[in-house]
Amino acid sequence: MGSEDIYIAGIDMIKFGKFPDISIAKLGAEAAHLALDDAGITINDIEALYSGNLMMASGMVGQQIQQEIGQTGIPVVNCANACATGATALREGWTAIKAGLYDIVMAVGVEKLAGAGMLGGGGGNKKGISSEGLLGSGAMPCVFAEAGMAHSKEYGTTFEQFAQIAVKNHHHSTMNPKARYQIETPLDEVMNAEMISYPNTKLMCSANVDGAAAAVLMSEKKVKELGLMSQAVKIRASILTTDPWTDRDEVMPDINTCTRNAAAQAYEMAGVGPEDLDLVELHDCFATAEVLHYENLGLCADGEAPKLIDEKTTWLGGRIPVNLSGGLLSKGHPIGATGIANVYEISTHLRGGAGKRQAEGARIGLAHVIGLGTCCGIHILEGPSN
Amino acid sequence: MSDNPLPITPLVQIPDSGDPFLQGVQCKSCEAISLKSRLACAKCGGRGTNEPLRLSNKGKLHAYSIIYRAFPGIDVPFISAIADLEGGGTIKTNLIGIDPDPEKIQLGMNVDVVFEVVDRKDAEGNEYLGYFIKPAA
Repeated sequence: MGSEDIYIAGIDMIKFGKFPDISIAKLGAEAAHLALDDAGITINDIEALYSGNLMMASGMVGQQIQQEIGQTGIPVVNCANACATGATALREGWTAIKAGLYDIVMAVGVEKLAGAGMLGGGGGNKKGISSEGLLGSGAMPCVFAEAGMAHSKEYGTTFEQFAQIAVKNHHHSTMNPKARYQIETPLDEVMNAEMISYPNTKLMCSANVDGAAAAVLMSEKKVKELGLMSQAVKIRASILTTDPWTDRDEVMPDINTCTRNAAAQAYEMAGVGPEDLDLVELHDCFATAEVLHYENLGLCADGEAPKLIDEKTTWLGGRIPVNLSGGLLSKGHPIGATGIANVYEISTHLRGGAGKRQAEGARIGLAHVIGLGTCCGIHILEGPSN
Repeated sequence: MSDNPLPITPLVQIPDSGDPFLQGVQCKSCEAISLKSRLACAKCGGRGTNEPLRLSNKGKLHAYSIIYRAFPGIDVPFISAIADLEGGGTIKTNLIGIDPDPEKIQLGMNVDVVFEVVDRKDAEGNEYLGYFIKPAA
């Protein structure tokens, strides 16, 4: 593996929302243009494109984006990896530069998910009957509720503590103009919202939105050549894991072990520990999930996540702020874009440009996503030193 | 159309005589217990190491969720639950015989596996035998 560092030289996202009249290609193209502009280059400089999209995985979305912004004949790789799709596309680009194939690549993640409703669990068997609602539920709100309740069993985590995650992330989003929603949701409002799958109420479920994000990755040589070092964010670690066999994972997708393994590998590659992180964007697809990942990522010892919640350690201004963007709960979760949007949020803080929600003096951050089925992507990023 | 209820999944075994039971597989090399037969063991990759294993009808509640919003045609609320069975194997199914109330459902409580014909038929009109868990008798 090449020893040269790889940088994010340009990165951006569109404001997440509901865009029924804009094609998926145009949404992706818009994000791509923003990222190219941020890096001060054009599509003609891009040597390979990595496109992340899940719901139209057979639709050649990367090529469709190129048809909007310039068909330059470069290799295009279309990636689908559940909710880790965007992170996977980014990492594929990182891998290719690491291998020495290219100096400049772009990763684009895009999804149209507004109005999609609940995901998972709906598939009926061609033979026999659907078991949904008989043999439990495979719907995502239930799967992640059950994961949270396993934490409750071990450590007594309460409905109110889970709900506080949503209070925090919705609060953070009020300072993020690119979030889908910017609405304060006090604790009683979160707890009294429509119960979807106990203990997750509607305000504790990620928002299905349309969105796109893009990043331009460069070799160190190219960053220096183009004079971009003062804005370039160094990728200190890029890790992808899958779920190894664990005893319950046939009926309870194991989002914990793959995250713990990815975190251990990422900290080792980056040469840092969780105590060195200034902020984290983690996969809060449901409020219950965020609690688990505090421990999975080593932000606290096992069993101490409820204490982190009670002490507001992960709020803006706390020891380790988590999901300052508003997270998937409030910024929104356009699946293929999510993994790049998380990296955008971290990068924005590391470049000191996050405005009211800025994590003060942020130097190192971690972006985490989970794809059910199951995989985990983690990136550890370091800001420009100036 | 079958005269008798069919198993809701291959996990359910319906013997000619005697009570139905759950049958998974165990790897004779690494001892991993799984709910379905595969080409090789999912834990160790061993080939030809899977052997049928009758699972216990007793277990403990590991996790649950009370479902209030479901896909069309599914009655709510219901309790989706995960139970660890005695001697190994973890199943997911509806928890029945208890109110859908977090105050009443105790994580870690003893549960029994029970078998019932479900109120859902396939296009040919076949009935199916499902498995559920309920608080231990």
